Amino acid sequence: MTHIEKVSRRGFLGSAIGAGALVLGVGVESAEAATTAWSPSVYLGLEPNGTAVIVAHRSEMGTGIRSVLPMVVADELEADWQKVRVQQAVGDTKYGSQNTDGSCSIRDFYDAMREAGATARLMLEQAAAKKWNVPAVECKGQNHFVVHAKSGKKAAYGELVKIAATLPVPKKGDLRLKPESEFRYIGKELPTIDQADHTRGAGRFGIDARMPGMLYASIERPPVLGAKLRSFDDSAVKGVKGVVQTSTIPGFKPPHLFQALGGVAVLADSTWSAAQGRKKLKVEWDLGPNGAFDSAREKAEILAKIKQPGKVVRNEGDVDKVFAGASRIHEASYYVPLLSHAPMEPPAAVAEWRDGKVVTYAATQNPQAVQEAVAGAMGIKKEDVTCHVTLLGGGFGRKSKPDYVCEAAILSKQVGKPVKVVWSREDDIKFDFYHANAGMYMKAALDDKGRPTAWLHRSAFPSIGSTFDAAAEYAMELEMGMGWVDLPYAIANHRAENLPHKNHVRIGWMRAVAHIYHAFAIHSFVDELAAAANRDRVEYILDLLGPDRQVPIQPVGMKYWNNDQGQDKFPVDTARLKRVLEVAAEKSGWANKKPGKGRALGVAAHRSFLTYVAAVVEVEVDDRGRLTIPRVDVAVDAGQIISPERARSQVEGAAVFGTSLAMMGEITAADGRIVQSNFNNYPVARIQEAPRVTHVHLVPSKAPAAGIGEPGVPPIAPAITSAIFAATGKRIRELPVRKTKLV
Amino acid sequence: MIQLKVNGSAKKFDGDPEMPLLWYLRDVLDYTGTKFGCGAGLCGACTVHVNGEATRSCVTSMRDAAGKEITTIEGLGAKSEHPLQAAWKQCNVSQCGYCQSGQIMQAAALLKAKPKPTNADIDTAMQGNICRCGTYQRIRQAIQIAAGVKA
Ligand code: FES
Ligand code: FES
Repeated sequence: MTHIEKVSRRGFLGSAIGAGALVLGVGVESAEAATTAWSPSVYLGLEPNGTAVIVAHRSEMGTGIRSVLPMVVADELEADWQKVRVQQAVGDTKYGSQNTDGSCSIRDFYDAMREAGATARLMLEQAAAKKWNVPAVECKGQNHFVVHAKSGKKAAYGELVKIAATLPVPKKGDLRLKPESEFRYIGKELPTIDQADHTRGAGRFGIDARMPGMLYASIERPPVLGAKLRSFDDSAVKGVKGVVQTSTIPGFKPPHLFQALGGVAVLADSTWSAAQGRKKLKVEWDLGPNGAFDSAREKAEILAKIKQPGKVVRNEGDVDKVFAGASRIHEASYYVPLLSHAPMEPPAAVAEWRDGKVVTYAATQNPQAVQEAVAGAMGIKKEDVTCHVTLLGGGFGRKSKPDYVCEAAILSKQVGKPVKVVWSREDDIKFDFYHANAGMYMKAALDDKGRPTAWLHRSAFPSIGSTFDAAAEYAMELEMGMGWVDLPYAIANHRAENLPHKNHVRIGWMRAVAHIYHAFAIHSFVDELAAAANRDRVEYILDLLGPDRQVPIQPVGMKYWNNDQGQDKFPVDTARLKRVLEVAAEKSGWANKKPGKGRALGVAAHRSFLTYVAAVVEVEVDDRGRLTIPRVDVAVDAGQIISPERARSQVEGAAVFGTSLAMMGEITAADGRIVQSNFNNYPVARIQEAPRVTHVHLVPSKAPAAGIGEPGVPPIAPAITSAIFAATGKRIRELPVRKTKLV
Repeated sequence: MIQLKVNGSAKKFDGDPEMPLLWYLRDVLDYTGTKFGCGAGLCGACTVHVNGEATRSCVTSMRDAAGKEITTIEGLGAKSEHPLQAAWKQCNVSQCGYCQSGQIMQAAALLKAKPKPTNADIDTAMQGNICRCGTYQRIRQAIQIAAGVKA
C-alpha cells in the first residue's frame, strides 16, 4: 500500500502550519475561508467560526464519494456534520491520486481521511489542554466541542482554532483513531450533500460552467480515427447568426492518448448558433487506413481467430492431454460488441488561456490528467493549468480522458477568449473511447458428473493499451487480471490464451471494463455446463469453486494485477464468493422458484475490484418475446462498507447499467464510421426495461474496504442470459440480447 | 420580438426564433437546472412545463414558446417545496443528479394529471426520461410516496 503512505505523508508532514496556514486547493467560493482558516492537513481546514472545511479531492459523478470521504474525516474529527462545508479540490498532486476510477476511492483514502480527522481532533484537544492547563489525555473531542470531564469545562472547536494553529502536527503514531463503536457517520445511513440541490436543479455541472466573455464551440471531428483534414470551406458558416469565427484544431500525433482528435470548430455566442454554423461547414478528410474498418467483418475475424492457439497467459496441469483423452467435450464462443459510455451529461468543459496559463472548469474524473494533457497540448508546465472540478453528470470512465478539455484550451488560445466545449450526444456516441468488443472461446473436458477436468479460455479484443502505444495488440495485465486469469475454479487443468488484435477506434475503460466480457463468457459457459449436466446451477457453481480457500493466482509472463493490491491483503477467496452466492440464492428464493413457462431465475457470481458479488435475476418473457425483469437480488461482500446507503444505490444502478449492455447496447462501424448517433439507435435501459426492483444484500464482512462502483455490473448480463435460457431454452452467446428473437 | 413568461416573470427575446427553448433557458437566462441530454426528444433531461404540460425544451423552438408560460425546475418549488422534491430527498434518489430535474418535472406533470398513478401509469409517463445512473426504482418509489400510493 505504498500509495496510501505517500498520500498520508504529503497530507500531514507537508502541510504548511504557521506560514500563512491556508486551506489549500479550494474552489472559488472559498476565497474568504482561505485567508482565515487553520489547516492541519491538505484535506481539512477549520475556520474561527468553527466551520470545518473538508476538501473533496475525488470527483463526484454519482457515487456519493464527495460526501462519503468527508464523512470519514468528520467522524474522526468528531465534527458536527451540520458544521461541515465540503469543498471540491482543484487538480493538485498534493492530494495524492485524484483519478476517480477503478472503484478505489474508499480503499485508497479511507485511512488517510481518518488520519486527517484524527490529527485535527488531537490538536484541538491539545489546544484545550493548553488553554485550561490540564493534561491533553483528559480532553476529548466530542461533536464539535472539546470537553474536560473532570472540571466540566467545554470549548467549541472554533474557540480553539487559534491555539491549535500554533501547535506542531502530531506524528501518526500519536493519533488515537476511534473504535468502531464510537463511529458517528462511518457505516451509518446519511444523505449525501448534493441530494437537495439535485431536486432544485441547483447542482453545477461541467455543462453549466461559465466564464465571462466565453464563446461556445461546436467541433466537426475526423470521422475516422487517424483521418486527416484535407480541406474545408466555411463560407456558408459566417452567415449564421451568432457565429463569430471558425478555427482548426490540429490532429493528434500517435499514440492518441488523451489528445484532442482535431477538426474544425465553429465558435459562436450560444450553443445553438455554434451547432447551426457547424451544419454549414464543408469538410474533406483523408480517412487513412481505418477508413476501411467494418465491425461486422471484424467480428467474423475475431470469432475465427479465437479458434487458433494464442499466447499462453495462464497454464496449470495439461489441458491438451486431458482434451485428447476426454470422452465428453463442451465448447462455445461468445461475443460482446463495442459499447459507448453515454453518460447523461456529455463531455463538457470551459477553459481560458491567458498569459501562458490555462484555467478550466471541467466535468472530469481526473483533474491531474487534465493538467497533464492540457499542458502537453499547450506546451506549458502542468502547474500552469488550474483545473476546477465541477459535478459530473455521470462518468463511467469516459470522463477520465480529458480530450474535450484540451479542445477548449486550444480553442481559447486561438480565439483569445474563454471557450466552452459541449459535445452533442452524436459527438459523444461517435467519438468515444469505446469499451472493447471481445470474442471468447471456451472449451471444457467433462467427467461423468459434468464437472470440468480441463478448462481452456481464449480471448481476443482490442486493448486499452492502444491508447498509450499505437502498436499495442496484446492485452494489458490489467485487462487479463479482470476476471479472466484470476478465475478461482477448482479445476486441475486450466489454460488461458490471448490472441493479438489491433484497434480501429479509440478503446477505453468503461464501468467494470474487461470484467464485462470475461464475466459474460465464463458464467454463460458455466451455465451451459450446468444445464448439460442437468444440475442445479447454484449447486454447480459452488462445486466449481471447490473448498473454501485462498487461491494463489499465478498467471504466465506477468504479475497478477489484482487492482494493484497484494494478494496477502486482498486474496482471491472462494469462501467469500460462495458466501455471496448462497446469500443471493437464499434471498431470491432460488430453491423454491422453479422455472415456469416464460419465467425463470438466472444466476452468476463474480469477483471484481476486490469485491465479491452474486446476482440472481428473474426474467419474464411474454409470448411475443418481450422481456421484463421483475426482480434482481444482488449479494455483495465489499469488505467494510462506509456508506451502506450509497453502496446500495451503486449496486442498484449497476444492475441497470448491466441490463443496458446485456439487452441493447451495441456500437457498430461501417466504412470506418460509427453507425450509431443518439439514444434512438444506441438505446439504454428505460424505466420499464430496467429491473423493476433490485434488492441489495450487503454481506457483513471483516475484510478491508474494496470497491463498490463497478462490481455490481459484471454478473448482470450472464445472469440475465442464464434466466432467459431457463425460461425459454434460448441460449444467447452474443450480446446484446435484442439481436436474438426470444420466441 | 418573442414574449413569454418564465417561472412567472415576463421575458422578451429577439434572437433566432428557431433556437430551442432549452438553449434560451440555459445560455441566455442561465437557468441551468434544465439539462441537455440528447437534443432530439429522446431522453427527457430537458423537460420543462409549457402551459403546465411536460415538454421537451430541446425540440421546442422559441417561436413555439411565444406567449406561453414556462416553468423550469427552478420555478417548480419556488413558493413551497413540491411533494416530489421532498420525496426525492427522502428516497435519496439522485446519483449524479443530472437527469433528475427532467425526471421531477415529468413526474410533476404526471401527478397533476393522475394524482394516484398506478405502476403502469408511472411506466408510461416516465419512459421518455433516461437515467443512465439507473435510479429508476427510487424514482418510482418517490413518485409513489409523493402521491401517497402503495408500491
Ligand atoms: S435533451 Fe431534450 S429530450 Fe434529450
Ligand atoms: S442520476 Fe445520473 S443520470 Fe440520473
